Amino acid sequence: MIAFVLQRVLQAVAVMLTVALVAFSLFRFVGDPVINMVGQDTPEEERIRIREQLALDKPVVVQYFRFVQQIVTGNFGTSLRTGIPIGQLMAERLPATLELAIAGGIFALAIGMPMGVYTGLYPRSGLSRTFLSISLIGVSLPTFLIGILLILLFSVVLGWLPSFGRGDVVHLGFWSTGLLTASGWQSIIMPAITLGMFQLALIMRLVRAEMLEVLRTDYIKFARARGLSNRAIHFGHALRNTLIPVITIVGLQLGALIAFSIITESVFQWPGMGLLFLQAVQFADIPVMAIYLVLIGFLFVLINLVVDLLYYVVDPRLRVDVSAARGG
Amino acid sequence: MATDRSNVPLLEVSNLRVEFATRRGPLVAIDDISFSIAPGEVLGVVGESGAGKSLTGTAIIGLLEPPGGITAGEIRLAGRRIDNLPHDEMRKIRGKEIGAIFQDPLTSLNPLYRVSEQLIETIRTHLPMDASQARARALTLLQEVGIPGAAERLDHYPHQFSGGMRQRVVIALALAAEPKLIVADEPTTALDVSIQAQIISLLKRLCREHGTAVMLITHDMGVIAETADRVAVMYAGRIAEIGPVQDVVKRPLHPYTTGLMGAIPAIGHDVHALTQIDGSMPRLDSIPRGCAFNPRCTKVFDRCRVERPDPIPQGRTAVACWLYDGAGR
Repeated sequence: MIAFVLQRVLQAVAVMLTVALVAFSLFRFVGDPVINMVGQDTPEEERIRIREQLALDKPVVVQYFRFVQQIVTGNFGTSLRTGIPIGQLMAERLPATLELAIAGGIFALAIGMPMGVYTGLYPRSGLSRTFLSISLIGVSLPTFLIGILLILLFSVVLGWLPSFGRGDVVHLGFWSTGLLTASGWQSIIMPAITLGMFQLALIMRLVRAEMLEVLRTDYIKFARARGLSNRAIHFGHALRNTLIPVITIVGLQLGALIAFSIITESVFQWPGMGLLFLQAVQFADIPVMAIYLVLIGFLFVLINLVVDLLYYVVDPRLRVDVSAARGG
Repeated sequence: MATDRSNVPLLEVSNLRVEFATRRGPLVAIDDISFSIAPGEVLGVVGESGAGKSLTGTAIIGLLEPPGGITAGEIRLAGRRIDNLPHDEMRKIRGKEIGAIFQDPLTSLNPLYRVSEQLIETIRTHLPMDASQARARALTLLQEVGIPGAAERLDHYPHQFSGGMRQRVVIALALAAEPKLIVADEPTTALDVSIQAQIISLLKRLCREHGTAVMLITHDMGVIAETADRVAVMYAGRIAEIGPVQDVVKRPLHPYTTGLMGAIPAIGHDVHALTQIDGSMPRLDSIPRGCAFNPRCTKVFDRCRVERPDPIPQGRTAVACWLYDGAGR
């Protein structure tokens, strides 16, 4: 177990170093950063001074390790556009994005799982066919279109929900949350649905396919032959066996929710990291883009690590059992 | 039909017909079969793959799945009709009164649950016990099926057991609520030859001790000869011959049974070639008119190609063959 965790952590570090390399290479692609930072009429001595200060005169490898070292020590640099330290910018934006992603994920799971189980258990029923048709829409409609349609219906026509922003925010130490105010809840509903719609369809179809598969297995037939109740068979025996692939996908998709909330955030002007990133792209704010990349990479790696550990909880076959003697 | 141990049969199947609905009309998989099993009796059911052995077993435990279903006939357990019970009533009979053992012990157990959990779950579904009583019973059952170190292995997962041990666990599960009948569908086919004998003798001993009747479905005549009291030979969805095992093995009546017995190699006798039945069993959609065996039969005559024979009593045996009809020739 410890060896397994250690191995996964080492892998995670390797992945993060690679991500950092990609992020670092962003700086090299856009020309001389010093020219971007200072005006044309800055004297040459001044430029050399800045270059030395930023260690740009050192070999690339040294610069890379300086970059990694800065990130590890929490020094993320400064935004070129606003002059605000990036750490501070991210800390303001991260809670918004995480809350949105988690709300979207919970929405997708809470609706998608039961729908998947139902369609798996009763594949022929009319309701199942309806669910499947709806999920097709969920998969094929682009996110921004769903968002705009929701805004049109609930904000413009009905006027029930706000069309943009995060509502009133409460600050709890470093974390700012919109989940403690009524306007915050109203504001998160539509972005969360928009963000979670694709995942919902995906989870539903996955759970359905897995349920159909598991219900055909011998141990389900044997469980029926033992006279267990339908509830015990469906939810105890069948559902648990579908969880491994579901956990994998949900884990990966949670990462995707965070990374690709960019579109949803721009549709709803949600003050999260995605919006920050879009603004950074428009202004070629390279340090912000680089740190965003590293941060998203970190979240992906972290989620994958958690998923790997969850497998252990669900599937006993993965637990290395030293005392397992095999009898004839 | 002969029920040689008791006058009240435990299981009585009469005129059972199982069909599969297909786009081109119904396919008859089991065609009008009748037999009974007495309390404590072991009935062997043999036949080639596709003869309808497993399907008969599945029909008895009420687990036929659409498009398959019983379209005619009755199944009675201790006098009570069970083939038309509502789902929930039938569920209470499964496991409690009729246990089942399937072919592959490797896949019969849920890999994610401890053996103890699966046993206790089954016990508590059928018997009024609390958790600790059920656990004690689970332990007793594991000891009974001969799992060494049962106390320690109770909380192991299925993957920690070998194939033979897993089949013992499956037997313990089938016996958990003391059913009166066990439908054992090829219980040893997936196991090593050396383990097969152990499992069969274990099953035989346990059922004798508990007075449990067994419907033993297999294609292994050797297992039948050793274990069964009576044997039913199935061919193309019908019973060709049914009777006491000594009679059927020593003096087979139906030409098909004769062929089957001829195909068993005898140890100690030099045989150059085993008898072979020419041809193969017909598919369900092309069962010939008259006796289903007639195209392959060595003793076929005109009547066999026209009329379908029903079982005709011959001593303690009943055989579906026109050779034994008084008015036959």
